[in-house]
Amino acid sequence: MTAPIREQLVDFVVHEARLLDEQRWDEWSALFADDGWYWLPASPAATDPLREAAHLYDDRLLREVRLRRLRSPQAHSQRPPGRGHHLLQTPTVLAGDAVAGIFELLTPFFYTELRAGHTTTLPGTARHTLVLIDGALRIRLKRVDLLHADQPLPAVEFYL
Amino acid sequence: MEHSDPLALVRPHEVHRDLYRCPRVFELEMQRLWARAWLYVGHDSQVPEPGDHVALNLGAQPVLMVRRDDGGIVVLHNRCAHRGAPLAPEGPGRAQRLLRCPYHGWAYRFDGRLAGLPQRAGYDGVDFEASTAAARGLTPYGEVAVHRGFVFARARFDGPGFEAALGELLGALDLICDRSPRGRLRVAGGVLRSVVRANWKLYLENVNDAVHPPSTHASVTDAAGAAWKAEAASAAGAGVGPNAEGPPLAMRQLLPFGSGFEFFDRMGARLLPHGHSILGTQHSIHSGYSAQDAQALRDAHGEQRACQVLAFAPQNVVFYPSMALKGSPQVMRVLRPLAPDRTLVEAWAFEPEGAGPQALQGALLYNRQVFSPLSMVAHDDLHLFEGQQRSLAADGNPWVSLHRGARPDVDQAPPCDVGGLDEGLLRNQYRAWLDMMRPVVPGTSGADLASAPRTAP
Repeated sequence: MTAPIREQLVDFVVHEARLLDEQRWDEWSALFADDGWYWLPASPAATDPLREAAHLYDDRLLREVRLRRLRSPQAHSQRPPGRGHHLLQTPTVLAGDAVAGIFELLTPFFYTELRAGHTTTLPGTARHTLVLIDGALRIRLKRVDLLHADQPLPAVEFYL
Repeated sequence: MEHSDPLALVRPHEVHRDLYRCPRVFELEMQRLWARAWLYVGHDSQVPEPGDHVALNLGAQPVLMVRRDDGGIVVLHNRCAHRGAPLAPEGPGRAQRLLRCPYHGWAYRFDGRLAGLPQRAGYDGVDFEASTAAARGLTPYGEVAVHRGFVFARARFDGPGFEAALGELLGALDLICDRSPRGRLRVAGGVLRSVVRANWKLYLENVNDAVHPPSTHASVTDAAGAAWKAEAASAAGAGVGPNAEGPPLAMRQLLPFGSGFEFFDRMGARLLPHGHSILGTQHSIHSGYSAQDAQALRDAHGEQRACQVLAFAPQNVVFYPSMALKGSPQVMRVLRPLAPDRTLVEAWAFEPEGAGPQALQGALLYNRQVFSPLSMVAHDDLHLFEGQQRSLAADGNPWVSLHRGARPDVDQAPPCDVGGLDEGLLRNQYRAWLDMMRPVVPGTSGADLASAPRTAP
C-alpha cells in the first residue's frame, strides 16, 4: 500500500469496530502492531498509563488473555453470551505523516453492551494512532476516552 | 419482607436471605451497624493543606473530610447549617480561608464553626445565637481517628473506642505502611469505581472467600496460562530463548488465582473481634512478587523489621465493614452501600513514600486487571454476586449456609487462627453484624454532640 488516502484510514477504523461487534476477535487483534496498546483511561485528562489509574491498558499478551477468556466455556459472565454494538460518527483524520507512516484519527461513538439482560450505553471518543507496517495499516495505540471515564461504571466486558 | 426482629436473621452457622434483600434491614444497617462501626473515611494524603477536603458518603451520610488549620482532620456532615445545601460537590476540593456555601454564602472555619453569613442585620433581635443548631455551624459526623494517615470515623459511641475496636489491624496497617522506607503511604493515580448490582455483604463475604477461585476464576487463569505458554513458545521459536525473568508482572499477578485448594487452605486466616480479619497470614496469591526494594527497607527499618514487613503479604485485611487492604500490591477496596441491591466499590492505589516507581505501577496494574469495571477477573465474580442477589428470591430454602469448618468441638471466638478455606471468616463477620445491629441507645450519636467540642488526634 502506498500512502493511504483519507478514505482508507476511515475505512480501517470503521472495519475495526465492525470486527469487534461481530466478535471476530482474532482478525481484530491482528489489526494491532506487535507493540500496539489498547488504553482506556479512568480520567479524560490522563497522560500516563503507568502512573494513573486506567480501566484497561492491554498489550498483545493481555489482549490475548482477555480474548481467550471470552471464548472460555468457563467464563460465567458470558452465559448467556453478551453482545456489543458500536455506533460511530465518521472518523476525522487529525494528522497524517505519509513519510513517517503515522496517522491519527478521532472517532466519537456510542457503544452499547448487552450482558445478562442488562444494557449499558457509553458515549466516548476513540483516538487511533495508525502506522504503516510492511505496507499495511496497523494500530499502535487505540485510546478510548469515555464520557464517564471517571464515574462509577457497571461491568463492561468487551473492547470498546 | 418486614421483620419485627432483624437479629433473628442471623444464626451461628447460617444467615437468612432477607439479610441481603430487605429494604428495612438495609435501612437499619445504615442506622446501626454503619453508624457504630469505625468506617474508613479517606487518607490524609488526599488533603495535604488546610482547607483541602473530600466530599463522600459514609453509609447513608454525606460527609466532608477536611484538613483543619491546626493540621488535624475533621469529618463534618456535608450539609450547610442554614438550608441544607452541600458545602462541596462529591470528590476532592480546596477551600481558601473558609468553607463557603454556594447557595447563600454562609461561611465556616475548617473545623466547622460558623464564621459569617450575609446580611447579619436580618438576625438582629432574632433568637438565633443561643438556641439553634444552625448557629453552631457544621455538625461533626462523629468521632475521628487517624492511624498512619488512614482516617476512620464513627457516628455512634456505644461501642469500643478506636484502638480497642481495630486491635490487631493496627499492627497489620503498620506492616503495610512500613513497605515504605519512610513508613508512609500516599494515595496516588486516581480511583476506579464499579457499581455492583448486589448487596454489600455479598461483596464483603467474597473478599474473605478462598474457596471460590478454582471454580469462579477458571476462565481467566486458564486463559492467562494458555496465552503465556503460547507467548513463551513463540519467543523460543523465534530464537529469543526462554525469558530468564519468567512471566511479566501482569502474568504473575493473574496466574496464582489458579492455585489449588491446598494452597488456599494453608495460607491461613486470623479472625479478629468486631468482624475484622486477615486472610493469608502465612502466604497468599501475592507472595510471589514484591515491588519493594528489600535493601532499602533493611536500611530504613533494620533487618528484623524488614523481614517481618516483606513476609506479610496477605490476601486481604478486612476492616469490617467498609474496607479491604492488600500489602503487596498496595491496593485498597472501599465499599459504599447504595441500596439493598446496589453497592459502589472503589479501588485505590498507594505509593510508598521514598520507594521507586515500580510499587505504584504494580498497584495500578493490579487494579486494572482485577478490580476495574473492565477487569478480566472481576467479571465472573460480579456476574455471580448479581446472580446470587436475584436467586436468593427463591422461596424453597431461605437460609444461606456458612457451615464449612464449624465443628462443635472447636471454639472460634476471635481472636483465633483458622485455615484459609474456613467459613469461620464469614461467621465472624455475622457475629459482628449481630453485635452492631442491636437497637440504638438514644444520646450516642454524632448529632447529639453538635454542641460538644470537636476533637481529632
